[in-house]
Amino acid sequence: MVTEFTPYASLIGGVLIGLGAVILMALNGRIAGMTAMLGGVLEPRSPDAPWRLAFLVGAILAPAIAMIFGAEFSFSSPTTGALLVLGGVIVGVGVTYGSGCTSGHGVCGMARLSPRSIVATLTFMVTTFATVTLIRHGFGG
Amino acid sequence: MNRILSALGAGLVFGLGIAISGMGNPAKVLNFFDVLGTWDPSLIFVMGGALITTAIGYRVIFGARSAPMFDSKFHVPTSKTIDAKLVGGSALFGVGWGISGFCPGGAIPALGFAPWPTALFLISMGGGILLARWLQALPSSKTA
Repeated sequence: MVTEFTPYASLIGGVLIGLGAVILMALNGRIAGMTAMLGGVLEPRSPDAPWRLAFLVGAILAPAIAMIFGAEFSFSSPTTGALLVLGGVIVGVGVTYGSGCTSGHGVCGMARLSPRSIVATLTFMVTTFATVTLIRHGFGG
Repeated sequence: MNRILSALGAGLVFGLGIAISGMGNPAKVLNFFDVLGTWDPSLIFVMGGALITTAIGYRVIFGARSAPMFDSKFHVPTSKTIDAKLVGGSALFGVGWGISGFCPGGAIPALGFAPWPTALFLISMGGGILLARWLQALPSSKTA
């Protein structure tokens, strides 16, 4: 399935993602890593739970509010429900052992030139590429 | 209260960015990695824009201030340990990302504009996180 090449929207969106991370660091002194944010739901008694939950609520609300004002966001999930469940469980285990994901390691950690985050990001970019290539083109390429 | 409102504001900007960028659209994410097929290079612009903005922003903040506005210090990870846990976990995350097209940062905002099947992924991911925490808490996993 072909998706439209959207360099401008993607660049603007990327800058906003970065701005969100910069705002959180400037005001609260925190890394905008989504894996850590999920602790707001999974560890409700932690002293960090309220602000983490607030970040999650903001992240979910923003697109919903934008849609009320007429914004449209293209979305398509080309996989089956069973693969979403399998992928979801693997992502959950992976980000827990790897201590982060695309936002924490890929954006915030890479921006600080953290060696751990550089290694983590390179690793998951390679395995994601390998997985997609294997699923879509098989072993023969 | 300030910390909660500022996190809410940061989350709003972050979530809007994810939605506009296409990072919360599994079809687009998977096409970024499908160089041999229906390649869509848009995600280079997402990652580039986010990374450059954050790198410059962090540099300005850390250069200008010794503490954030609503806390006594910056909470920045200090660990430099590169071990099997970091590499193995990250490798596994990539496999799951490649299967589903969802990463945590993309899926949370996607819940706001495409609740289904995003919720199915997020519930499964929550199960995976709890499973990994349970495994890590086992006495035999001390060396992991």
